[in-house]
Amino acid sequence: MCLAIPGKIVEIVDVDNRIAKVEVGGVKRNINIGMLGEDEATVGDYVLIHVGFAMSKVDEHEAHETLRVLKEIGEFDLELEQFRTTVD
Amino acid sequence: MKFIDEYRQSDLALRLAEQIERLTDRPLKLMEVCGGHTHTIFKYGIEDLLPRNIEMIHGPGCPVCVIPLGRVDDAISIAQQPDVIFTTFGDAMRVPGSQTSLLDAKASGADVRMVYSPLDALKIARKNPEKQVVFLGLGFETTAPSSAMTILQAAKDKVENFTVFCNHITIIPALKAMLDSPDLKLDGFVGPGHVSTVIGTRCYEFVPRDYGKPLVVTGFEPLDVLQSVFMIVKQIVEGRAEIENQYARVVTREGNRLALEALFEVFEPRDYFEWRGLGSIAHSGMRLRSKYASFDAELKFSVPGLRIADPKACQCGEILKGVKKPWECKVFGTACTPETPIGSCMVSSEGACAAYYNFGRLSKIAERAASS
Repeated sequence: MCLAIPGKIVEIVDVDNRIAKVEVGGVKRNINIGMLGEDEATVGDYVLIHVGFAMSKVDEHEAHETLRVLKEIGEFDLELEQFRTTVD
Repeated sequence: MKFIDEYRQSDLALRLAEQIERLTDRPLKLMEVCGGHTHTIFKYGIEDLLPRNIEMIHGPGCPVCVIPLGRVDDAISIAQQPDVIFTTFGDAMRVPGSQTSLLDAKASGADVRMVYSPLDALKIARKNPEKQVVFLGLGFETTAPSSAMTILQAAKDKVENFTVFCNHITIIPALKAMLDSPDLKLDGFVGPGHVSTVIGTRCYEFVPRDYGKPLVVTGFEPLDVLQSVFMIVKQIVEGRAEIENQYARVVTREGNRLALEALFEVFEPRDYFEWRGLGSIAHSGMRLRSKYASFDAELKFSVPGLRIADPKACQCGEILKGVKKPWECKVFGTACTPETPIGSCMVSSEGACAAYYNFGRLSKIAERAASS
């Protein structure tokens, strides 16, 4: 329940509503970056994502390490599956 | 040690375990508060790796495990009302209420939908203006800010058919309840990781100050947990009790200011909130402030609101308090399995019972059978 998955911000979609497009393992979706300061999250940054919100920034190395471990503990597929689930 | 062998950094893990063993042979009880850590501990067989004098007690930090039967019944009752679309994280679908689960309600025709994010629930509300869309808010401070921010978005956009059935809980009162419990004599805490991203490490400072116990905020990798156990045991051996931050790569002392602001803006503490097995804990639950009353499902829908006792055979309460081990429960692995859970600890992969069951910690059951 408290797991978070790291992703890379690839586009700021909506400046007013703080929506960014992030990529995780080749899958892209919009998330909310309102928990990060306005100057804190820009394209190319890595963030920890939990239930559609970026909780904190992480450095690239940490992001890759976390992804590796999520894959190793078998949680990656589940997290990615949930991440992929979008309501159109 | 089966599981840790499969871990790439198992050499390091073994070395850490040896270092822990060298520190002391004193019997110590350490609680991992968060269900995510419980999951890591079982998945990697960390208990088998630790010296025998270190006992891990699995704490109450699994939101799905601690939601009481009555609240599940209330959720189902809302889901069954006409013109309601009830949305929830997948974890909560199979949690048993007194009669049925949300999954059963869905099978019987209620419109229950799994969502990844509360924002998805809000999206469903926008697309279905003729329906009432309810989101089941569940979780600690990791998840609660996302519900708060979704409510703020709904208020900003004047979405009138969206409400939250709020069951969000806070970790600090639960931690205090654990520390005050006469049943439990704990020596230290593996502190939550992602909850601490939001609330920061400073909220835990009462633990060493008032109770003289060490707490180490910890990441989710097996090495994180082992390193944290080492740090806690080292503190104890050296006669220290402090907050240390093993997860400093993500967690700060102050936490996430914007997330905390959103939480405070939207929610206020309830006088009491019931935790499954633990009873009522003062100021441990959140509810919507009156300013956001129109987004409060408890005000929009009438719910039974009954307090329902756990089934007698179920010992989730003792397990959540760490007084009993899953394999000591009479129905564990027999009447109660992940497919047909009686107790909530068997539902979530973060629950101690499901973790024991799924990761083959069945040698303990064999020991029990042999000794009885």
